[in-house]
Amino acid sequence: MRQFSYEKASDPGAAAARAAEVQGAKFIAGGTNLLDLMKLEIETPVHLIDVNGLGLDTISETEDGGLRIGTLVTNTVLSADARIRRDYPVLTRAIAAGASGQLRNKATTGGNLLQRTRCPYFYDTAMPCNKRAPGTGCGALTEGAFSRQLGVIGTSEACIATHPSDMAVAMRVLDAVIETVTPTGMTRQIPLEEFHQLPGDTPDQETALLPGELITHVTLPAPVGGRQSYHKVRDRASYAFALVSVALIRQADGTGRIALGGVAPKPWRRTEADAELPNGARAVIARLLDGATPTEENAFKITLAERTLAAMLKEA
Amino acid sequence: MQFNEPAGETLFDNAKIVGKAHTRIDGPLKVTGQAPYAYERYDVVEGQLYGYPLGATISHGTVTAMDTAAALAAPGVRTIVTTLDVEPLALGMLNVARLFGGADVMHYHQAIAVVIAETFEQARAAASLIEVSYEQGDPADYDLDAAFERLQGSGEPDTLYGDVDAAFRDAAAVTDQMYHTPGESHQMMEPFASIVDWSDGGQLTGWISNQMINWTRGSLATTLGIDKERIRIESPYVGGGFGGKLWLRADTVLAALGSRAVGAPVKVALPRPMMMNNTTHRSATVQRIRLAANADGTLKGIWHENVSYGLPGGRGENATAQTPYFYASETMRVKNHMAEMPLPETADMRAPGEAAGLMALEIAMDEMAEALEMDPVRFRIVNDSQVNPSNPDQPYSDRNFVQCLERGAEAFGWDASRPAPGSRRDGDWLIGQGVAGAFRGALVQPSGARAAIENGKLVIETDMTDIGTGSYTILAQTAAETMGLGMEDVDVRLGNSAYPVSSGSGGQFGAVSSTSGVYAACMALRERIASDLGLDAPAFARGRILAGDVDRPLLDMTVEAVESIEWGDFMKQYQKATFGAHFVEVGVNAYTGETRVRRMLACCDAGRILNPVTARSQVIGGMVMGVGAALSEEMALDTGRGMFVNHDLAGYEVAVHADIPEQEVIFLDTLDPIASPLKAKGVGELGLCGVAAAIANAMYNATGIRLRSYPLTLDKMLDQLSDV
Ligand SMILES: Cc1cc2nc3c(=O)[nH]c(=O)nc-3n(C[C@H](O)[C@H](O)[C@H](O)COP(=O)(O)OP(=O)(O)OC[C@H]3O[C@@H](n4cnc5c(N)ncnc54)[C@H](O)[C@@H]3O)c2cc1C
Ligand code: SF4
Repeated sequence: MRQFSYEKASDPGAAAARAAEVQGAKFIAGGTNLLDLMKLEIETPVHLIDVNGLGLDTISETEDGGLRIGTLVTNTVLSADARIRRDYPVLTRAIAAGASGQLRNKATTGGNLLQRTRCPYFYDTAMPCNKRAPGTGCGALTEGAFSRQLGVIGTSEACIATHPSDMAVAMRVLDAVIETVTPTGMTRQIPLEEFHQLPGDTPDQETALLPGELITHVTLPAPVGGRQSYHKVRDRASYAFALVSVALIRQADGTGRIALGGVAPKPWRRTEADAELPNGARAVIARLLDGATPTEENAFKITLAERTLAAMLKEA
Repeated sequence: MQFNEPAGETLFDNAKIVGKAHTRIDGPLKVTGQAPYAYERYDVVEGQLYGYPLGATISHGTVTAMDTAAALAAPGVRTIVTTLDVEPLALGMLNVARLFGGADVMHYHQAIAVVIAETFEQARAAASLIEVSYEQGDPADYDLDAAFERLQGSGEPDTLYGDVDAAFRDAAAVTDQMYHTPGESHQMMEPFASIVDWSDGGQLTGWISNQMINWTRGSLATTLGIDKERIRIESPYVGGGFGGKLWLRADTVLAALGSRAVGAPVKVALPRPMMMNNTTHRSATVQRIRLAANADGTLKGIWHENVSYGLPGGRGENATAQTPYFYASETMRVKNHMAEMPLPETADMRAPGEAAGLMALEIAMDEMAEALEMDPVRFRIVNDSQVNPSNPDQPYSDRNFVQCLERGAEAFGWDASRPAPGSRRDGDWLIGQGVAGAFRGALVQPSGARAAIENGKLVIETDMTDIGTGSYTILAQTAAETMGLGMEDVDVRLGNSAYPVSSGSGGQFGAVSSTSGVYAACMALRERIASDLGLDAPAFARGRILAGDVDRPLLDMTVEAVESIEWGDFMKQYQKATFGAHFVEVGVNAYTGETRVRRMLACCDAGRILNPVTARSQVIGGMVMGVGAALSEEMALDTGRGMFVNHDLAGYEVAVHADIPEQEVIFLDTLDPIASPLKAKGVGELGLCGVAAAIANAMYNATGIRLRSYPLTLDKMLDQLSDV
């Protein structure tokens, strides 16, 4: 961990301005991801702006019947909120499937969306990694490398990492919208769909955020009803990132929405795949993962996604 | 005390304390955070500085240059010792990878520097500023399957009897399969950690997390080229070792060199991401097992060949360890090979040999039972042997494997009719049951102790360690029983090189050897007291010395004795081992292939159980480790880079609470008079042996899919699960 200076922010706009002004500044919320990365010098901010005092820690109702979640609402509070549990149960299930109780107590909504990949080569600073050190190559794509956990779609020759969040996958089927404040004090609304970027040639650029831009809220549109489920498949029963996860909303007429976790650099959803839901798991996954470029080690994720969805459709 | 003949009737046969449940006496210290672990011993010496290690980032080759200028200039840095500053250090006992010194790199994350600074954060930050240039060695071949192909059939068999070829030709049934077990990492909770004070280059004191005080003291003397007498080591509490801490490791060496260089005590802990590649691990294995059986189920032939990897001169993982001894067979051929590979050192991990060997052999046994259409419990019973199969003149000291199978089956509710694979279901879950046998040798080591009555207490001192196993408690029980005292009268002090040399903790020999050593010391103390008081064979009971008219309190005295247990040659006439049977029920998700263990039961035969609570903890801990070994633990080797990639606890998945169901442990509580004066054997490793195979067999019973390559993850089965 490198030396860094630290300040507490008291106003969102000012925090964003400061973050843009100080070279190498970063926000810190729960710190559950950032501090780990700093200890390993994967992240080396020179200045931390603590956003925990911004008060953005409530969930309020929006005019059109949705919910507006402050970025500092913890994963524990969010997943336990009665309105979330009643109207957006896929979100409760997804959050509860992630990390551990202690971590969820600290993890925040915005921090969760911005958590970084769990690619093991990203985690070892002696390894090449285009995401961590642009231009060094991708450690996971060399002969003999270990890629079992990594992505199968939306990846590129520069990077095949996945986005590890469970929460974001549920938010993606819920069509969540991210609200931000920019360093110039403007507020922006970014649909989650457009928030995470595919790696292309620049896997280090992960989101649509401008330098210094601060997430203030995540808004969920009015409830869409249906039967909502989240199935996370992993090698052990708890405390592991998804091999594949499926967030599903299924309406009585067989239509619905689906997003996948564990397969792509972002929560993976295609509306044309949603449209296949009445036709069963095979049709959905064929559409959803059309164009996949798995490695030999992680090709199983495609079959796994299909079978997991099949199990869920049977119940829904 | 010489153990020269089978134990006759002893005071333990009417025990009031030994063999009874007693929660660990060090428990309150641990749960209140007061048990002093190595890294946290702030009080033992003033002026401790922090050392942070730097690991090599090539698999093998040489360090050509190191630039430490920026690191030396960083805040708080006192000094840096690099591997280029130091002559190659000599190797400690049984180890083959150099811990430090010289330009050669033998494996990834080999220690190449230690930064000494005023705070931990300063040392860590500075370490990353060191610039290292390397010359990478020639590309190496890490293909263990290819190594097996190459080595198969070569060399003299380790065990060969009977006409094996004929047996396989004439058998009613044969099986012949390849099995794979992956590299496994100890990943004990407490990392390798040391504080070393060698400030003046004279006397060296180390507060180390270590299982074997005397070995490590000797290895440290060899490595540093100093007299053993100049070294003092303390290791009173160890947060797990599993064999990883049998050895002197880099943390101690770096702390020592750092301390001498800076002239102050230095503490070093290995960061978790360095543990996997810097220290030792259990080698992966490739095994071929062929079995031949007669129609009645008796084995006609066992053919077991194994290859693992190691550094030159190393030992690898001998997965055939149990095979010559476990099952009766008319003929047998067993051969173990090691292929040299420039990977981190392979050495002992809990049940070295048997753990990996039984993962394969006990699947093979299941496969043969199926081929014979026999109940796998029955099949194992039919092949029990009361003598060493490969040396029939050598009987087992005491072997109750059949009872383990029978009692275990009954308690578990084993269905001997074996429902067809895939025929039981609970919702989306396919349900299956599996059994496996457990076998682990019962080794002993000489072990000494000092027993003294001082200040109204019975004090026991031995360099034995408690690695979370309960040594403090069983030694107190042994001492209290022998001296006719209560548990509260005994003060057990462990893990200090100032105390008599013990067995240490390893190879499940610790409990049996060290209790015997303490018994020997207490018996010597009794004799001493008798002669001091001029009494003839006094009794020691209820805290009093009783002989004729004499009735006096024991704890008023001040007296001591030092003695050790030495193991007589008569033991070699016998084969000694511990046995068990594991029964497991699993659910395999018919859609996703996820496997969850639903219940587990172990029935163990390990001689007298010294303390059923601590013994149970050992066995259930082994079972937990077996779940990890079966379902998730795997050191992922990057064969292009020659390093293990998943080198943290996010990547190396040990079992978590949610993976562990109800566990039941039954001890036969047999007595083995040839095993030790207490008629006891160890259980610390037995609990792990066979668990993974029982799970594999249960998965087969659930799905009809036979997996032979661990860990048994869903990707290996998905395409064989029926369509959905
Ligand atoms: C052992 C472990 C297991 C885990 N398992 C899972 C799992 O199974 N599933 C899962 O989904 N997650 C898992 N996680 C990740 C966890 O969910 C994240 O660490 C957590 O959500 C991050 O939130 P935080 O508030 O602590 O973020 P921080 O660590 O504080 O910040 C993360 C990033 O977000 C930025 N940031 C924070 N707030 C804002 C804001 N308002 N605006 C702009 N930028 C901001 C920070 O600058 C930083 O770059 C695991 C984490 C650990 C350590
Ligand atoms: S997959 Fe992405 S994160 Fe992983 S090594 Fe390659 S570039 Fe880095």
